[in-house]
Amino acid sequence: MDALSPQAKNVSFAVVGTGGAGAITAGSILLEAAGKSGWYGLLTRSVGPQIRGGEAAALVRLSTKPAACMSKEFDILVAIDWKNADRFINAMPVAAGGLIVCDPAAGDPPQAALDMDCTIVQCPIGELAKSIPGGRENMISIGLVAQLAGLPVDNIMKVVQSKLGSKGEQAVETGRACIAAGMTAASGFNHAYTLAPPIEQDGSRWLITGNEAVGLGALRGGVRFAAAYPITPATEVLEYLSPALASIGGSLVQAEDELASINMIIGASFGGLPSITATSGPGLSLMMESLGLAAASETPIVVVDVMRVGPSTGIATKSEQSDLNIAVYGFHGDADHVVVAPLSVADCLFTGQWAVHIAETLQTPVILLSDQSLGQARLLIDKPADVTFLTQRKTFIAEDEDYKRYALTADGVSPMSLPGQPGGQYTADGLTHTEKGTPSSTRRDQREQMNKRHDKINNFDYGAHWGVCEGDAASDTVILTWGSLTGAARETLDTLADEGIPARLVSLRQISPFPEEALTKALTGARRVLFVEQSHSGQFYRHVRAHIDLPFETRSLNREGPYLIGPDEIASQIRDWKNQ
Amino acid sequence: MNAPSFKASSYKSDITPIWCPGCGDFHVLMSITKALAKLGRPPEDIAVISGIGCSSRIPAYTNCYGFHGVHGRSLAVAAGLKVARPDLTVMAMSGDGDGFSIGGNHFLHACRRNIDMTYVVMDNRVYGMTKGQPSPTTEPDWDSALSPGGTGLSPFHPLVIALASGANFVAREFSGNIKACTETIFEAIKHPGFSFVEILSPCVTFRPDEKEWKNQVHEASVSETDDPARAARRIMTDDGMNTGILYRGRRKPYFASVSDRTGDLTTLEQAFEV
Repeated sequence: MDALSPQAKNVSFAVVGTGGAGAITAGSILLEAAGKSGWYGLLTRSVGPQIRGGEAAALVRLSTKPAACMSKEFDILVAIDWKNADRFINAMPVAAGGLIVCDPAAGDPPQAALDMDCTIVQCPIGELAKSIPGGRENMISIGLVAQLAGLPVDNIMKVVQSKLGSKGEQAVETGRACIAAGMTAASGFNHAYTLAPPIEQDGSRWLITGNEAVGLGALRGGVRFAAAYPITPATEVLEYLSPALASIGGSLVQAEDELASINMIIGASFGGLPSITATSGPGLSLMMESLGLAAASETPIVVVDVMRVGPSTGIATKSEQSDLNIAVYGFHGDADHVVVAPLSVADCLFTGQWAVHIAETLQTPVILLSDQSLGQARLLIDKPADVTFLTQRKTFIAEDEDYKRYALTADGVSPMSLPGQPGGQYTADGLTHTEKGTPSSTRRDQREQMNKRHDKINNFDYGAHWGVCEGDAASDTVILTWGSLTGAARETLDTLADEGIPARLVSLRQISPFPEEALTKALTGARRVLFVEQSHSGQFYRHVRAHIDLPFETRSLNREGPYLIGPDEIASQIRDWKNQ
Repeated sequence: MNAPSFKASSYKSDITPIWCPGCGDFHVLMSITKALAKLGRPPEDIAVISGIGCSSRIPAYTNCYGFHGVHGRSLAVAAGLKVARPDLTVMAMSGDGDGFSIGGNHFLHACRRNIDMTYVVMDNRVYGMTKGQPSPTTEPDWDSALSPGGTGLSPFHPLVIALASGANFVAREFSGNIKACTETIFEAIKHPGFSFVEILSPCVTFRPDEKEWKNQVHEASVSETDDPARAARRIMTDDGMNTGILYRGRRKPYFASVSDRTGDLTTLEQAFEV
């Protein structure tokens, strides 16, 4: 978009500054204000390894339609300062015709910024802030962006009021003065990137991160116990759950390590409370043995893995989809279990709830594969619908004379007694066991119990939740993906449709057990299938290929993190392919 | 009102233990069931949690709710259970390998966290189930195929560690003295917070020398204390064969906030509205 162009469907901006300068707060306030005004959008953070004093940037995209991924280029970049800018400036290129606003007192822009094909405007951000008692640069930058993007100041002030109100009326007034000063300054830039009016608002907006949404989904599913060991980028799931659980009569325990957290939730679930923990790749690796215990002892638990760049410590703050293999295949022995993946930030809510439902219904561990790009993105979404699952553990009721905890049943799910129930006593065991739970090493018990656990997982009706099919149903060109990249693929469909290129999207929410029938059916009529995934080795492609025939041309767009695969890349793959 | 009365046999399952003849763990099982009978809670209100090893087979030999988990993690399972179900009497069972080696970190933090439960460790100073390797409590010169000539390492001192880490009740008993074991386990269960009972339980198969323990153990010549400094001094000069309750502390147990299970999510959901 050009300077002073007509109204746009998308406006993207970045606010950068030294960690602690308040860039993230500025971006958050602008995003929430946009939501109050009926727009959609999302915010991602780019932060360095230092907690304070490193670089920090709020990247915000505002749009008239729901947005799932960050723009490739930015219309506006406000630099409160340029400290450490060389480390991250390449991650936020300003579009041709875009605008960089920076403070001359903060020194010269880095060469990378000067090389961008955009206008650089100098604005004394620091001086403006100093001219207002108590004024802060990040509040000035809110005014700058508000003016350039045409955001209503009333709604910005409502957000400022709610954020700063507790600090007193003076703080709010100072904020108002800073924002006004920023707006006045920006009105002289002779640039504007005005967002088109919101499409009529139906229902209210929620502002939520993927990590919060998974947590809330789990609570909707009935989770009342969590064990926690901090790890980036999953910590916010646990930090959300801690006060949330306390407010509804549940409990969270901070564990000494992931070995403890997984075993604590096994214990709590054995006691009858639906239980969850959240971690990332390194923690999931530590939990594998006990996940197998949950499978063998048929103890329902949910483990959220907010995936990050691996292997080993990798890049903790960036996203990848490379834990599919460990989640599906990382158990020793044949340990049937379930792996699911949310398709968007909003879907984290649904999938979180669904995961608990499956775990409780099938008495099995469920691994939920979210990732950093979902977990730490803050999105404006439509208020989610209430979803109800008839979640219930098959419980032991009558005082059965001969209670068998691991009884062979038609659906493979056995009644589970809870401590305190007379006559229901049993010992849950990771050892091969009889129907009663007594340790056994017979061929028959091993086979019967293996079959039972396999059947309960594989014969369960997962319904329509296995995945989504979108786009032009008649098209022979399919984008096949899973989890978080669904958002980018959705946007690709829009782009291609605008160009008159028919295509469709198939995305998997159910990773294991593999939805063979449903996916095969969904791919009927496909001539070209493009696999899209954020993994160096193509884990998803190999997983699909292991389970179903692929009687069509396939290509794979797969790459390791941290550079996320975006809609443009997917679109150009499809264009090139179609042109051949 | 007549409270139902329970005998030790009320807490025993019909599964025959597969321990070696002469194993000290038979006596520990007997002491636990006797202590539970003395406590008088019905078997379904007791949960016995264990890891892996000879001693960890105990849950299946009781008529309580049991969990036989993975190696070294019994305390974590027990912690989750007790926080989720504060109404239950929760006991964790372990051995010196399970509890002090692979599960060593959980031991420290369980003492620190002070959840109201009882931890019984059957210490035979050897890995018995894997047929005779040195454990953290094995003497430095004990010869084995895995560590010929001995490990050369000083043994781990469980009672000192428990005390230093904040356990609220610390005791040592000898499995052969069933009366004392029963009494101490009963006291440990009754005492609020994390109670640790080390029971010297001979492995007659791989440590036949431990048959001599019955002649070596002796009741502690000093009485128990609630002063951790005094307990620490006493235990630091201990010959490892003193039995009895060493320390009964006054730390407040971990508070679990579980109250009801039907919380209303409305307020939580409203927080996300813009």
